[in-house]
Amino acid sequence: MEKVLKASHFNKYFTEPDRFQVLKDVTFEVNKGEFLAIVGKSGCGKSTLLYLLSTMDTEYEGTLEINGQTLTGRSQDYLSKFRNEHLGFVFQFHFLLPEFTTLQNVMLPALKLGRYSEKEVEHRAYEKLKMIGMEDHARKLSSKLSGGQQQRVAIARALINDPTIVMGDEPTGNLDKTNTGIVFDIFREIAQENHQTIIAVTHDPDFAAGCDRVIEMSDGMIISSHENQI
Amino acid sequence: MNLSITTQIAKTHLLSKKRQTLVAMLGVTFGIAMFITMISFMQGVNQFLEDSALDASPHVRMYNEVNTQRPALIDQLNRSDSAFNVIYHQKPKEQLSRLKNGFLIARRIEQEPGVLGVSPQLSTQAFYNNGPIQISGTIAGVDIDRENRLYNLKSRLKSGTIEALRSNPNGLIMGNVLARKLNVREGDKVSVTTPTGGTMILRVVGTFGFGIGTVDNTKSYANLSTVQEILQKDASYVTDIHIKMFDPLLALPLGKKLRAMYGYYTEDWATANSAILAGEKIRNVMTFVVSMTLLVVAGFGIYNIMNMNVINKIKDIAILKATGFEGKDIVLIFLLQAVFIGVLGGLLGLLIGFILSYLLSITPFNAGDFLSIKTFPVIFDPKYYGMGLLFGLITTVLAGYFPSRKASKVDPVSILRG
Ligand SMILES: Nc1ncnc2c1ncn2[C@@H]1O[C@H](COP(=O)(O)OP(=O)(O)O)[C@@H](O)[C@H]1O
Ligand SMILES: [Mg+2]
Repeated sequence: MEKVLKASHFNKYFTEPDRFQVLKDVTFEVNKGEFLAIVGKSGCGKSTLLYLLSTMDTEYEGTLEINGQTLTGRSQDYLSKFRNEHLGFVFQFHFLLPEFTTLQNVMLPALKLGRYSEKEVEHRAYEKLKMIGMEDHARKLSSKLSGGQQQRVAIARALINDPTIVMGDEPTGNLDKTNTGIVFDIFREIAQENHQTIIAVTHDPDFAAGCDRVIEMSDGMIISSHENQI
Repeated sequence: MNLSITTQIAKTHLLSKKRQTLVAMLGVTFGIAMFITMISFMQGVNQFLEDSALDASPHVRMYNEVNTQRPALIDQLNRSDSAFNVIYHQKPKEQLSRLKNGFLIARRIEQEPGVLGVSPQLSTQAFYNNGPIQISGTIAGVDIDRENRLYNLKSRLKSGTIEALRSNPNGLIMGNVLARKLNVREGDKVSVTTPTGGTMILRVVGTFGFGIGTVDNTKSYANLSTVQEILQKDASYVTDIHIKMFDPLLALPLGKKLRAMYGYYTEDWATANSAILAGEKIRNVMTFVVSMTLLVVAGFGIYNIMNMNVINKIKDIAILKATGFEGKDIVLIFLLQAVFIGVLGGLLGLLIGFILSYLLSITPFNAGDFLSIKTFPVIFDPKYYGMGLLFGLITTVLAGYFPSRKASKVDPVSILRG
């Protein structure tokens, strides 16, 4: 199996208010096209780990390798470009740009990437919105959407550049049963058909149960990793 | 470079808070408008004063300075360290302010390169009498054609002609304010008395106005021979040589050269008008200080607003960085906003500045007899407008740059962690 992400010996400390170790020698690998769930009690360090994997947090010990590239020690600009092209995020709290329309929010990372013309980008953004059932709200200001709707738009945005890895910090945390189902199905589908990798932190046992593999964390350490039999 | 996408984001940010944008813009507008108005007006005043003063004064004036502080004869002859001489009530020696060989010198100066014209003349103080009215002033005996060449007298005449003076040995062309005070007109007679006691009745054949109080109030032109006659001097007696150059700046070295050559005092226009030139400098400094202050205040306004803007948008910045926007994209997004504010505010400022200066230039202004203007002097020079826009842009870019940099340094993790 092709490895798409390698995290080796991650150690991370917070110095405020007191120095304490959030992550303790976290090491794991993720396969291409894998749908991975990270679970664990609140405060065990899941979000912190995800921010390291996302390349946004660069203060850690250990090495991170994605798509065969070592990302530890790279410049901020390099990492920005890398994120833009290879990574997609869904944050724990739905984060959209409030002054932009739904469609514009989805289009922005693609316009930044500049791989497609603006027309094509718009077309692709529409496709993604359709996928999550938000195409009717395309022209609405994103601040006028409900929490759940914003979360779905954020997912469409994460997918716009067809990233190698999609990371989600409780991506269904604010969604009802139906919407959770929709999001899960989308993740499932892109993992299977596009061989994109999904890494999702979740509290939802049903969500975790549907993934290919579940990593369980406790107190900054990985305590178990098991594949689900489907 | 992602100029189009950053521009689009900058535009959206600006439009989403129109009031803030407008306030920041109006700061720049006000600063630039004041700058334009002030500099146009001040430079107008400078130009006007300079023109009227320089037009009426020679570029170089050569004269013989009468030095009354002569050493006592006995001091020169009987000098010793062990004794001293006591002299009571020493009278100044009678000295003539004549320029020896004045005409010859004038002819020679005419040969110098760069000289537009030379006018040897005889200038003296005089009392003008018309019935009971007695006013003191000066009278200059000139070759009127030469003088005309130097000062373009024809265009300054308010009445009469130059030819009338040439053809009338007892003619007088009088400053228009002086004539008004004396209550005389073209054709009237006045009696002129010099300090040495000579008196002559002269006929006013014309009046002139330079637009400068100190000239129009006091001065008259007569034929050189007439004044020589009143003073009872010979036909070669002149006291001053006025020189005009093609390039006023060349007057300074020429003055020095002539002084060394002929041994007479020379005074150039810059020295003679140093008060005006000093006033000019002060006005320039004032204009820049006031305008810069306004622009700096506007700059701080923009700095503040942009800073607030960055703080308000900190979540957006974090998202943009998370989704792949680089530091320089973020700088550009905010800098573009500042530039937009600067350009639009600046252009509006130029327009308002132009309107204000125009209104000023048509505002009636009565300077009395002192200056011959009817409205405020204002210069409309595209250079000032370019400068205004440039200053406005520099201010806004500087004021916008630091908040923009701060924005680009935002750590997305600390914001997004929530
Ligand atoms: N910026 C921070 N400074 C100090 N401690 C932090 C910071 N962010 C998180 N923590 C602590 O690190 C631990 C892990 O947090 P987090 O990764 O958010 O947990 P979770 O698994 O719930 O996502 C928690 O104890 C939290 O209080
Ligand atoms: Mg968390």
